[in-house]
Amino acid sequence: MLKVNEIKVFSTVEKVMIDFFLEVANISKFTGRFFKQVFIPPYEFAELIKQSYMVGVKSLPLIGITGFIMGLVLTIQSRPTLAQFGAESWLPAMVSVSIIREIGPVITALICAGKVGSGIGAELGSMKVTEQIDAMEVSGLNPFKYLVVTRILATTLMLPVLVVFSDCIGLFGSYLAVNIKGDVSFTLYFAQAIEKLTFVDIIPSIIKTFFFGFAIGLIGCYKGYNSKNGTEGVGSAANAAVVMGSLLIFIIDLIAVQITSLFT
Amino acid sequence: MGAKIRANISDAKGIGSDRNGDILIEVKHLKKSFGNNEVFKDFSLALEKKENLVVLGKSGSGKSVLIKCMVGLIDADEGEILVMGEDIEKLNEKALNVLRKKIGFLFQSAALYDSMTVGENLAFPLRGNKELSDEERNALVEESLENVGLKDVIDKMPSELSGGMRKRIGLARTLILKPEIVLYDEPTTGLDPITAKEISELILEIREKYQTSSIIITHDLACAKIVSDRIVIIHEGVCAAIGTYETLQNSEDKWVRSFFE
Repeated sequence: MLKVNEIKVFSTVEKVMIDFFLEVANISKFTGRFFKQVFIPPYEFAELIKQSYMVGVKSLPLIGITGFIMGLVLTIQSRPTLAQFGAESWLPAMVSVSIIREIGPVITALICAGKVGSGIGAELGSMKVTEQIDAMEVSGLNPFKYLVVTRILATTLMLPVLVVFSDCIGLFGSYLAVNIKGDVSFTLYFAQAIEKLTFVDIIPSIIKTFFFGFAIGLIGCYKGYNSKNGTEGVGSAANAAVVMGSLLIFIIDLIAVQITSLFT
Repeated sequence: MGAKIRANISDAKGIGSDRNGDILIEVKHLKKSFGNNEVFKDFSLALEKKENLVVLGKSGSGKSVLIKCMVGLIDADEGEILVMGEDIEKLNEKALNVLRKKIGFLFQSAALYDSMTVGENLAFPLRGNKELSDEERNALVEESLENVGLKDVIDKMPSELSGGMRKRIGLARTLILKPEIVLYDEPTTGLDPITAKEISELILEIREKYQTSSIIITHDLACAKIVSDRIVIIHEGVCAAIGTYETLQNSEDKWVRSFFE
């Protein structure tokens, strides 16, 4: 026979499971609504361009700095290990494969989940609790199309651009790090870095960034659009957008790696 | 709690002035609950053409829920809400949006879009109208601002405005589509008595200028006295009393009178 404490544990687990599946169902419904709305005119091109600017251009400095440091640190950290095996000449190839296949997309997506995802969650959450979304709805307009569709599209389209930018800056940082202890020309470094790259390294890593961007936009919008309980709810929406967005990025990455490994 | 003096809706028609009896909004036997909280048990109401109907009630009595049900922001559990003869619950999204353009809604907080200037806020409801040129759109924005006496703030951000100005801009945005019905959610809450009186007088001016019919949710008796043709008091999910300001103020029912003391 179950004791009182065990019953409490079971009921708590049951509640957590129910909440989890309800959340999954609601996110699926929200995603379905996005795909339904995205193809129906009128299209909000002006707002899409504005949001793409906010997501893309406004994130460039942060992505650039982190990409640069990422390349620099990866090179400095890897050098002693490669030197032990006398394989220092492999450094540019190793760093480029690491950055382009995995570190660049994941780090950039995580930074965007923090910066862009939380921003979208907080902005839409604030609009929700101050009845601005309701005001759009009672004007006979479609707030979902104007606010949600444009933001999800913007993150989906801009994240690959940011990742390519971050990869380039990261490789430049790596080149500078290589030159701290050696003397390698810019042309030679990039020739070695690119020589070992194949389409299987580049194409899947770019494709998965579209999914990262979609996940960041979707979760930010979902959490913000459905936020409740005043200012506390806005904070929770921003926080949940980052936590769930980051988690989804790792899950998508795991799936992408499994699929990519089928072709290598 | 005093005895209810709930009047039959049809008995209440004709109270007030200058009305022709056309009903623009009709709520029949509305029921709405949030969990265990039964907000409306069996609520009925009718808004006539060019009428200003004030809704009074204690906090949490469901006044705001009522007008949100009327524009389809909240779904009713049971009952019928007919707006200009259309059952809100049965309309599809497209038809509902067409109907919503005929209804103005002034939110308690004015709900101005933070990221847009005053001019952009006012032009936003017009974006669905592709027939309007930029010049016509700008003219409508300026006209709406002029109607609320705030033509100079067109380039300001909502954060730069006072509470009274925000309410006026919210009202201007509501009026830009020239609605036939305006729903006001506590239009004078949080304002000083002078500004509150100005807003109340503006509500009357708007009725005269645009021939609107309005439902005004308020706690402000001074506002109710100025703007109302009829007053409805909601209590425990039903229409507890209905009549003109003077009728209810001099009601034989102590509980109803207590609202006006």
